Amino acid sequence: MVTEKAIWEHLEQISDPEIPVLSIVDLGIVRTVSISDDSCIVTITPTYSGCPAMNVIQEDIIKLLSPTIDTKVEMTLSPAWTTDWMSENGRNKLREYGIAPPEHEVDKSVLFAKPTVVPCPKCKSSHTKMISQFGSTACKAHYQCLDCLEPFDYFKCLK
Amino acid sequence: MTTQEAFYNYIVRFGDDSLILGQRLSEWCGHGPILEEDIALTNIALDLIGQTTNLFELAVQIEGKGKDVDQLAFLRLEKEYTNLLLVEQPNVDFGYTIVRQFFFDVFRKLTFEALCQSSDEKLAAIAEKSLKEIKYHLKHSSEWVIRLGDGTEESHTRVQAAVNTLWKFTNELFYQDEVDQKVIELGLGVDTSLFKEAWQLHVEKVFTEATLTIPANTWQHEGGRKGTHTEHLGYLLSEMQYMQRAYPNMEW
Repeated sequence: MVTEKAIWEHLEQISDPEIPVLSIVDLGIVRTVSISDDSCIVTITPTYSGCPAMNVIQEDIIKLLSPTIDTKVEMTLSPAWTTDWMSENGRNKLREYGIAPPEHEVDKSVLFAKPTVVPCPKCKSSHTKMISQFGSTACKAHYQCLDCLEPFDYFKCLK
Repeated sequence: MTTQEAFYNYIVRFGDDSLILGQRLSEWCGHGPILEEDIALTNIALDLIGQTTNLFELAVQIEGKGKDVDQLAFLRLEKEYTNLLLVEQPNVDFGYTIVRQFFFDVFRKLTFEALCQSSDEKLAAIAEKSLKEIKYHLKHSSEWVIRLGDGTEESHTRVQAAVNTLWKFTNELFYQDEVDQKVIELGLGVDTSLFKEAWQLHVEKVFTEATLTIPANTWQHEGGRKGTHTEHLGYLLSEMQYMQRAYPNMEW
């Protein structure tokens, strides 16, 4: 009999195809694992509505678990994914990889909000500036460090 | 009209809005004025098409005829699309694209905020999910309206021209008919007339900052929700539907 804990550990092996350094568990997109008799249902939630990685992730889960247990993947939208669900481990891995992890945004007003300070993942300087609100994938923005001049990706805070 | 039909139509309208605008924004791919904005516009397009997928999946469930969402997206005729006229308007230039986006984003944010309270759990979940994306889009479009409006003489002239042209499509954002009445009564949908003022206030606030003015001409154009479109939609559809019609049932 496969335990729920074992399935969660297995899922750690699946990485986000767009940010290979993060597992889908680190990202917080695996919501629940439920086992009944000899089958299991893994419920996942998308980071963004149009995230093109979701289909690949779904296939990866089935490919990984099917030899062990009959697996179904279900998609849920609510509660909507937030960067708060990213694990501390995930945040550290992102930083080491050169992507700044999501910062807590104090000023949440849509307009004229004070910019959030995003420290450079290379030199840690907080003297950085946003280059573009949108980056290489739906979940990232583009920044540059004004001290070491390194351009870097910022994993946007989504609440 | 049964409740089921009304609710189906109601959801398809919102899905058509984001589908057609997503397609329009995709036309910028590789043509953005700067690389960052090329990426931004196509990222927004991706979010909108993702929202469309979620909305259409719910619509086909409600309809219960076992249709595929691709049929809904790619195989209807022009008159069967019920998007707002605003979103089918051509890109023209970056200023037009931003003004069109701004008018839409303010409307979509207010609508989806209210839809989070829908008595239909699935629609409420889609609204909650989409809203986080819409707020980010609105921040982007608002900031650009200000930058272009309060920018150079050239950018101001162009963006004001876009406002003057697109203003006549803004009343339609608040269009309501028997579809809306039915879903509002049941708590499934929202009464957009309640936040028409909030929409106007937000637009004015940004326009003041951007030194832009709302045109005095108040003639308004509508018909999108009933399938009567401007000439631009046909051209858009012929390009968007080409693959699915040339290779029926193809999948990506």
